[in-house]
Amino acid sequence: MESRARPRRDNSQVAPAALLSHAEPMPAIGSAVVCRGLTRRFGSIVAVDNVDLEVRSGETLGLLGRNGAGKTTLIKMLTTLLPPSSGHAQIAGFDLVRHPASVRRAIGYVPQALSADGDLTGFENLLIFARLYDLPAREQRPRIAAALAFMDLSEDADRLVKHYSGGMIRRLEIAQSTLHRPKVLFLDEPTVGLDPLARDAVWEQLKRLRSELKTTIVLATHHLEEAELLCERLAILNQGHISAIGAPPELRAGLGAGTTLEDVFAHYTGAAHDVHDGIAAAYRQRRTAERLG
Amino acid sequence: MTPGQTVSTGAGAARLLTPLLAFCRKTLAIADLELRKLRRDPTELVTRAIQPALWLLLFGEVMSRSRALATSGVPYLDFLLPGILAQSVLFIAIFNGISIIWERDLGIVHKFLASPTPRAALVVGKALGGGIRALAQALVVLLLGLALGVHLRLSPGTLGGVALLVVLGAALFSTFSLIIACLVKTRERFMGIGQVLTMPLFFASNAIYPIAMMPGWLQSVARLNPLTYEVDGLRNLLLAGPAGLGATDVGLPTDIAVLSVIFVALVGLAARQYPKIVQ
Repeated sequence: MESRARPRRDNSQVAPAALLSHAEPMPAIGSAVVCRGLTRRFGSIVAVDNVDLEVRSGETLGLLGRNGAGKTTLIKMLTTLLPPSSGHAQIAGFDLVRHPASVRRAIGYVPQALSADGDLTGFENLLIFARLYDLPAREQRPRIAAALAFMDLSEDADRLVKHYSGGMIRRLEIAQSTLHRPKVLFLDEPTVGLDPLARDAVWEQLKRLRSELKTTIVLATHHLEEAELLCERLAILNQGHISAIGAPPELRAGLGAGTTLEDVFAHYTGAAHDVHDGIAAAYRQRRTAERLG
Repeated sequence: MTPGQTVSTGAGAARLLTPLLAFCRKTLAIADLELRKLRRDPTELVTRAIQPALWLLLFGEVMSRSRALATSGVPYLDFLLPGILAQSVLFIAIFNGISIIWERDLGIVHKFLASPTPRAALVVGKALGGGIRALAQALVVLLLGLALGVHLRLSPGTLGGVALLVVLGAALFSTFSLIIACLVKTRERFMGIGQVLTMPLFFASNAIYPIAMMPGWLQSVARLNPLTYEVDGLRNLLLAGPAGLGATDVGLPTDIAVLSVIFVALVGLAARQYPKIVQ
């Protein structure tokens, strides 16, 4: 396991009271996300099963897994959309269940669907969230302009989003999710359905986000190239469990010389034979930009 | 930020006021969103003007001739107009909730719910959006009424009251519709239930005939129907003179009070249901 500490952002400055007032085991300082025994059941199905996880501040962690492995359920819990059946989690030092409002202020979220409002302009899509995140009125316009410029969308700000391409919508969403400078950004399969050029652009922006704003990123994906390129560590989810976690080189080394990340994925998700089919089928199933246009 | 030790009354008031102001700002932000969309595509308002026009022109004219409906000396068209106004408020608002199913499929609701926005602000914002649509519709119905020579009391005061009642009624039925959308979760089921609900709400009200004409059981139902209070409030405002008052069933303050209480209760319910649509 990687032992290099990265104490770049100290959470004790963010929420000292929240950190001190809890009885459960304390996270290491510098952990942006801590899960302990996090579980979610839907009837008899256990979608996320007793997950323990820590994401360090400033780190990009990939949640890798096949469809139905529990990635989206885990992200929905960590973004307060879905109450856990049992277990605890802290985001930026705030307890998920007890202080959802504080958690919500600390996070940004880009859901799986391309979720901008097609009947509004790019600017308007950001304006609504600038207001919902309580940005001071005077700062709203400059921040929106900066976010649009950062995502290379300045020239398209006043066009209706239904005329955007899928890649542009994704970049707009990332701009929106980072307007309030979140401590932790959750991205659920950010490049699914994008063409290779659009995908590269999104990757480029995410890398800049990480290096320039030091945003902690939790990224669900089943795109192995994406995982390798963007993530410092990967947590491989299989049937709701984390079956392996570590930096990509460590995961490969763990299975012997000459191992590819694909081998790692297949090994830990029990998909040794149908991994290619599985991923291809997943891509076909995904709903993409055409729903907006 | 003020340090924690200096708890003055001002700070105490601010602590109460700040979330309240944030609530209002966010509610208006959501309503503004709806308004921007409506302004960009107002076709819905035009197509929706057809139905009330038919009710007034066909049903209203025919029933005026037959004089079968006892309306306390008020000409039937005068009696009918507030009813049709309330009807169009109901019809435009009752399908408002479907937008949340659409926004859920797009992932927009997910982002709203992951933001620090009180659930009630999301609900009231949507409700106000419904109110704005209904307001545009009300203007069309009133102009139609004037063109048909309906006697209306049109002072700034009554018009303000009508606007308030239209927004309140539309907000109420929008929120009701939002709750149904959160419960049924799919467009198909929602449309089915919407169709099933509108007609009973309409006919079990005083919109097109007075409560006094109804059989006893229907009178009881009508008195539980929020639409009855919407119609009655509009009649109280728009019908002129003592004859007009004779055609109403409840007083205006009661109408507004009943509608407000039901609206607040529905907002409470909807704020609990709303997050479940993404679960």
